[in-house]
Amino acid sequence: MSTSLRNNGAALLSLSAAALLVAGLSLAIFWAPEDADQGISQKIFYVHVPVALTSYAAFFWAAWKALRLLWTGEDRYDLESYTAVHMGVIFGVLTLVTGSIWAKVSWGQWWVWSERQLTLFLILFLFYSAYFMLRYSTDPGPRRSRTSAVYALFGVALIPVSFLAIRLAEGLIHPVVFKRDGPDMEGSMFFTFCVCFLAMLALAGALYRVELSGKRIDANLRELRERLA
Amino acid sequence: MSTGEKYLWAAYLVVFGAILIYVVLITLKLGRLERELDSLVDLASKREAGDG
Amino acid sequence: MTGYLADAAALARKDLIVELRTRDTVPAMLLFVVAALVVFHFALPAESSRLAASGMLWIALLFTALLALVRAFVGERDQGTLDGLVLAPCDRSAIWLGKTLSVLAFLLFAEAVALPAFALFYEDVTWELVAGVALANVGIATVGTLLGAMAAAARARELLLPLLFLPVAIPLVVGGVGATVDDDPGRYLAFLGLYDLIFAILSWASFEYVVTE
Repeated sequence: MSTSLRNNGAALLSLSAAALLVAGLSLAIFWAPEDADQGISQKIFYVHVPVALTSYAAFFWAAWKALRLLWTGEDRYDLESYTAVHMGVIFGVLTLVTGSIWAKVSWGQWWVWSERQLTLFLILFLFYSAYFMLRYSTDPGPRRSRTSAVYALFGVALIPVSFLAIRLAEGLIHPVVFKRDGPDMEGSMFFTFCVCFLAMLALAGALYRVELSGKRIDANLRELRERLA
Repeated sequence: MSTGEKYLWAAYLVVFGAILIYVVLITLKLGRLERELDSLVDLASKREAGDG
Repeated sequence: MTGYLADAAALARKDLIVELRTRDTVPAMLLFVVAALVVFHFALPAESSRLAASGMLWIALLFTALLALVRAFVGERDQGTLDGLVLAPCDRSAIWLGKTLSVLAFLLFAEAVALPAFALFYEDVTWELVAGVALANVGIATVGTLLGAMAAAARARELLLPLLFLPVAIPLVVGGVGATVDDDPGRYLAFLGLYDLIFAILSWASFEYVVTE
């Protein structure tokens, strides 16, 4: 891919992210109807769920890049996988915070264990935070790249397994007291949701490109310094 | 403003704030990279002067 | 095929013989698990449920397992023999299998003391509990060995391994406690089996990538 195409692609992504974000949030605030049961606070849904889904997407992207690294041995996939995990964690933290706010306004508590998605994200947050610990305490090199890649793959295997575990645990720990309306959405709500989801994906993509660029420049400058010094 | 609205704003602002923090961090990083590049250009010209 | 299993068996046997001579790990594990069970008595409120007691047992087992896992690669690292093993003409994953088997053995020794202690201090040990422990052992040993190899290449390995291990161990705790206290233990035991299958295969397949330079 030529540099100019790469640059244009990144710029286009950022532009789309900006446009979609403005569109999505406007729709959410001005156009989408208010929920009959929950009132206006239901609209937190339009940031919370897209951010959560984007986080999952980032982790899967990281796992894909990790697989490519193990398959081809090309080192560039290491930076790409690492950046994707970073994106996943950032959006994961946002999921936990927005989810917590939503829990507070819905049920009066900042945390509810019966919220399966939130609990899953908590586990994933712990798991992928350990990813950074792993990277920081291992010396850079092909071994660190491969180890990180294997760990990222374990992460996506953990997602469905943890979800199953959480469902099973509900029978033990808590009766499921708090429930929210399911995905029975009107057409207008669904459309707004889709726009917001695409917006978050585009945002994550744009930030991913920027960060990857920064990391690559960093690596190149370091190499240049070694060559000159 | 009702409580529901307050929490709604809080959630949206958190996401907005996160994006802005990210911009700040990237700006700082860009500054650091620029300084590093300047210092390397210096090094390279000294090298050139030394060879020539 | 027989060469592969023979290699793994040889490695496991070596680890067990070393342990027999040095007695570094298993005595500490035994003492730790009993001490933990005693501490938990003072941590639990007066009329605690079966659920609480079982939960405490699983915490004790998990942290005792961490002791074994942290020690699993210490021998190789200190004497630099891991590189030698890796260069040897055996399939790298046989190393993983050998290590997993020896970790499994250590866990069984510890549980042979832990479960009777639990029965003495708290609750009767049911067959469901034993089945849960057995299945969880497989999960702990397989994943733990892989993560142990990852941590072995890092600094601050004793700190890193628990951080890597605990999130992945959460489903095991759910399965184990569920099998012990729930009316329908079959579901939880099946879940543990599923976990073991998925993560054993993953660990076996990816060990090579983690261990080579």
